[in-house]
Amino acid sequence: MCLLFFWGSVAVRAQESPYFVTYDHYLEEPGSLEVEYFSNFGMQHAGNDFHAFWTEFEYGATAWWTTELYLDGQTTFHDSTVFTGFRLENRFRVLQREHFINPVLYVEYEQINEADKIMKEVEGHDVEADHAVPNAIASQGHNHELETKLILSTTFAGWNVSENTLAVKNLTGGDPWEFGYAIGASRPLALKASANRCSFCRENFIAGVEMYGGLGDRYSFGLHETSHYLAPVIAWNLPSPWSFRLSPGFGLNDNSHRFLLRWGVSREFSGFGAVIGRMLGGHR
Amino acid sequence: MIRIFFTAGGFLLIALFAAAQAEPSRPPSRNALIYAELAKAPSKAAARRNPLENDPEAVAAGEKLFGEHCANCHGEAANGSKRGPSLRVDPVESATPGALFWLLTNGVVRKGMPVWSKLPEPQRWQLVSYIKSLGAASGPRAEGQPEVH
Repeated sequence: MCLLFFWGSVAVRAQESPYFVTYDHYLEEPGSLEVEYFSNFGMQHAGNDFHAFWTEFEYGATAWWTTELYLDGQTTFHDSTVFTGFRLENRFRVLQREHFINPVLYVEYEQINEADKIMKEVEGHDVEADHAVPNAIASQGHNHELETKLILSTTFAGWNVSENTLAVKNLTGGDPWEFGYAIGASRPLALKASANRCSFCRENFIAGVEMYGGLGDRYSFGLHETSHYLAPVIAWNLPSPWSFRLSPGFGLNDNSHRFLLRWGVSREFSGFGAVIGRMLGGHR
Repeated sequence: MIRIFFTAGGFLLIALFAAAQAEPSRPPSRNALIYAELAKAPSKAAARRNPLENDPEAVAAGEKLFGEHCANCHGEAANGSKRGPSLRVDPVESATPGALFWLLTNGVVRKGMPVWSKLPEPQRWQLVSYIKSLGAASGPRAEGQPEVH
């Protein structure tokens, strides 16, 4: 069945942003499905290093609504490999046209356990020591979380600057609302396209930097007692549906992991919705 | 575990089904509405000149970009498809480069065309150069009836 889905989809070039944590205001093209795999290798001061990984299925339901399914897992060295949960994410474009600042609303439901280490965001008082707990114990704690973000993004003179503020509520316990942030800036290495199809043209590379961290919670708001990271990012958008991303991240305080290495690969399936429509008997 | 997968998969299927049902049943006048957006370009934007109009490589680069980003909806030859209108029609032919650039930048989000400001400004002008080089086809496709399947 899956092969049939992909067989009928059309391959077009993706134009991915280089960020891993920060979101800009660009949504998935309507009817397109993007399948992405990401890794997050983390070094741990007190405890075993880990390799967390996740798969994203990102679908452009309309030009103003993108929906995503995440499946998360991780391997902690000298410990075990565990499936850590799933996330359902939706992003909604608020304004119809481009403005200097473009807002996007983000709503996500997460059903993950406390062994999750993909670090797709840092929130509340997240610290490195949280990831030192053995998988057998951490995976016993289950969280049902509602996560909201306000994404503000601007593109000017080739630069994209994006700022995200997030608020998270654990729906299962009495935990207070927790907060976090992510900011990023990026630019293609060349703004004009060359006339020839090429893999290594400068315009195929987008480089930048992102910074993210926690902002405490409702009762203890601020930059203290949480972790912060600075991470250069680069994306390579091939003249095909494939994109690659790489980001070494560096902890900025003693609560942070010393080093994170993220990488990802994604493939775009354009026209996926039309294929599904035909299979479900939609009008031709 | 199985419950998790069914919950997550079910949500995605609902979105896919809604989009799949919505996409083919667009009203026939959708393309005309998209063409009409060209006229909504602010006069200052519509009056902008293409800074690459004398660039000998702009059309070729625009053709490459069109194949990579636009042909899937507008057809390989820009004659349109079920997903997007023809660009070889009088409203596009007669539009100013500035109006085309404005439409590319802003999209027609409620009609299914995404914003393309993620392409750097010079690349959008290269696309405009290519689109303006196409010329209009004969009249019957002026409403965007697809020819390429």
